[in-house]
Amino acid sequence: MANVSGSANPTATMQLPIVRITRDPLDGAYIRSLEQAIINTGVGGIVTFEGVVRDNARGKRVRALEYDAYPEMAEQELARISAEVERRWQTNAIALVHRIGRLELGECSVVVIVACPHRAEAFEACRYAIDTLKTSVPIWKKEIGENGEEWVEG
Amino acid sequence: MRIHIRYFAALREITGQAEDILDLSEGAKVSDAALALARRWPALKAPLAACVSAVNRAYVTSDTPLRDGDELVFIPPLGGG
Repeated sequence: MANVSGSANPTATMQLPIVRITRDPLDGAYIRSLEQAIINTGVGGIVTFEGVVRDNARGKRVRALEYDAYPEMAEQELARISAEVERRWQTNAIALVHRIGRLELGECSVVVIVACPHRAEAFEACRYAIDTLKTSVPIWKKEIGENGEEWVEG
Repeated sequence: MRIHIRYFAALREITGQAEDILDLSEGAKVSDAALALARRWPALKAPLAACVSAVNRAYVTSDTPLRDGDELVFIPPLGGG
């Protein structure tokens, strides 16, 4: 089994890049610890993207989301994305973390952090990483609404 | 040969189980495994048609030959992010 690890892990032991599927909340303190774990003295900008559970989708009310993943392959695909970011933008200061399980409205489902010497490549690389994550990493989402539940794409 | 199946998301809910075993004849492909599973679980037939597949954690096409001991996962449309 993959290391479906927890946010309680001390960041001091994190190896770069950080790729992880976890059941634990992605709260502000954890996200800050990821930023601090990847930063180095050559960094001039950090871009952090947080995906958050929204109360509607395709015109329907959403009460919560449930995420599932093929954890071993998902972490492998996250590592593939970070390797491509490293190749194209020359940085290994990357964290890609996706939460699975049931998430309530407003909770963070995914965190993508990229740090680079300058902001332009940090924005570009972060955008590339989240866009690619959505199309290549085996993670699934079930919308829990007022009239039932449904596994949905996108 | 023996193929190890793992179910996730909708496929796990439909089958009510996380794993399955398929015994297939030599030379069987991913598409043969999908047909065998649809026979075992008729409710899987439609969802399987919308899936891509992964063998041993790598995306493959449906004409990929299987080998004894492979882990095969059918991957429904993705929803990460």
